[in-house]
Amino acid sequence: MPKVIPVSDELSQPFWDAVNQRRLALQYCTACQKLQYPPQAACQVCGSADRLEWRDVEGKGHIATYIVIEDGRLNRRMPDQPYNLALVTLDEDPTVNFYSNLPGVPAYQAPVGAAVELTFEEVAPGQLIHEWQVVK
Amino acid sequence: MTSSNDFRWRRDTDGLGVWEHRGKVAIAGYGHSPVDRRWDGVNLDATVGAYTMLAIERALEQAGVTIDQVDGIVCCDSHIAGGSGGSASQWAPRPYFDPPYDTEYGLTLVNAQWLINTMGFKNVRFAPTGVPTIGEMMGMASQAVGDGVCNTCLVIYPTGNLEGRYRRGGENADDYARGARQWTVPWGNHGGNDFINIFPHNQYCLKYGGEHDDLAPFVINQHKNGMLTPWGFNYNNGIEPISVEDYRTSRYILNPLRIWDCDRPVNASAAYLFTTAERARDMKSQPVYVLNHSQHNFRFRTTQPDLDEVEMWTDRQAARMYEGAGLGPADVDIFNPYDGYSIMTQFFLEGFQWHGVKRGDAFAFYAGDISVKGPHPFSSSGGNLGNGRTRTAMYTDSIEQLRGTAGDRQVTVRAETALCAFTTPSSGGWLMLGKHPS
Repeated sequence: MPKVIPVSDELSQPFWDAVNQRRLALQYCTACQKLQYPPQAACQVCGSADRLEWRDVEGKGHIATYIVIEDGRLNRRMPDQPYNLALVTLDEDPTVNFYSNLPGVPAYQAPVGAAVELTFEEVAPGQLIHEWQVVK
Repeated sequence: MTSSNDFRWRRDTDGLGVWEHRGKVAIAGYGHSPVDRRWDGVNLDATVGAYTMLAIERALEQAGVTIDQVDGIVCCDSHIAGGSGGSASQWAPRPYFDPPYDTEYGLTLVNAQWLINTMGFKNVRFAPTGVPTIGEMMGMASQAVGDGVCNTCLVIYPTGNLEGRYRRGGENADDYARGARQWTVPWGNHGGNDFINIFPHNQYCLKYGGEHDDLAPFVINQHKNGMLTPWGFNYNNGIEPISVEDYRTSRYILNPLRIWDCDRPVNASAAYLFTTAERARDMKSQPVYVLNHSQHNFRFRTTQPDLDEVEMWTDRQAARMYEGAGLGPADVDIFNPYDGYSIMTQFFLEGFQWHGVKRGDAFAFYAGDISVKGPHPFSSSGGNLGNGRTRTAMYTDSIEQLRGTAGDRQVTVRAETALCAFTTPSSGGWLMLGKHPS
């Protein structure tokens, strides 16, 4: 399953560094006490840049809903079709969500509402991405 | 040229009150080109540039205005993919032709400067660059005329489409995901309003009950309305109406999103002539009046908008529009929201509470009589699903309904106000039109 490889930039480098260490670290605004993902230059609630810090999160979530990509446009993922694309909400803050292909779950069989936990997948030598797997 | 950023025209915040130019700006004419599925890369009479010039000529003719009287041109230079198409939407480079087709402009792109040079406009004083898509352009022109930045302003929206599968090149062929794509593409989301809206749509079905196929009556009705629209793709290309069975057995794109939930990219252009209400009264055709325009560009709070966000956004859009127009849901006769993907239209219908439809009621509403001759002629244009991805059907139908010139599509209910848009739940703009200035 050759996934497209993320390219970090100045803003996202700490995030991907953590992922490559098998950690999920999100921005956290100490003024708003709010997690933020994907990373942004400033807190999207209060606009503060200097109150943002990186904070590890536990990596527990739930499947809110999902679709099955049957005719997508990404050349690299064509051989994978059909495949699940789930929307996973973070238990620590359900307004933060992530995409997941739900490794191990056959297409069309994603259990909506089920608990998931963080895992990691190597998409290129030395480059991991964060994924979510159903809690057995 | 003036940049769109140089002129403060947006009405994109809450609580702005009634629009100061309400009823003082009018649309005096429109013109459509033929609508083809694609440009063949050869026929110079069917380029998006040639089609744009034709649409302009028709708009001017309808209004009884000459080229020399035009002093404003608002033209979006993006082709079919719009501002969000990215590099994947570029087909160039290609072999070019003699002027004016010696660059990409005129072939798959059009902008104000190319039109000024090619058509010989002499008195244009407002021709902004960096123009957004038509959902916002209509508001930009309205404000420009109202503020006196220009007096006789063309709004032009070209949509080019060439051979080949849509957006299969460029960054979608890349092994790497850069910029904002690093948060979506590794898992398969290459971007677009299909992805943005399918998840909230699924949540909608879970929250309120119902299933995806409950969209079938709406999609089918869009096709029916399209067959009544002489300037649309379906009408001119013999597209047969679809049945419930056709819909339910059509192939999936992003399951549960089907091919018939998606509009059809086309090669076409349209033009609208805006002027002051005072001038419009003396023009050749019956004017319709702009009662308000509004825009929005809501920021995603995380990776993927959810149903709560989408409902909040559309509630705010409705509040802004109704406040600025000095009208409420019961005052809106014609309602032409955007339907480029069928899965987003219920959010607008319920947010604006057209014909009393509240949150969670859309599927039941679709199952009723929404035909143009019935009591609830929803999306009488046929939208993009019924006419192809021109993104202009909503506007032209609204004008025709208010004028009483919609032919077989003419509604039988009152038609004195019309609300129309090219917008997604997160970004775009709305336009309220009136048969009368107040």
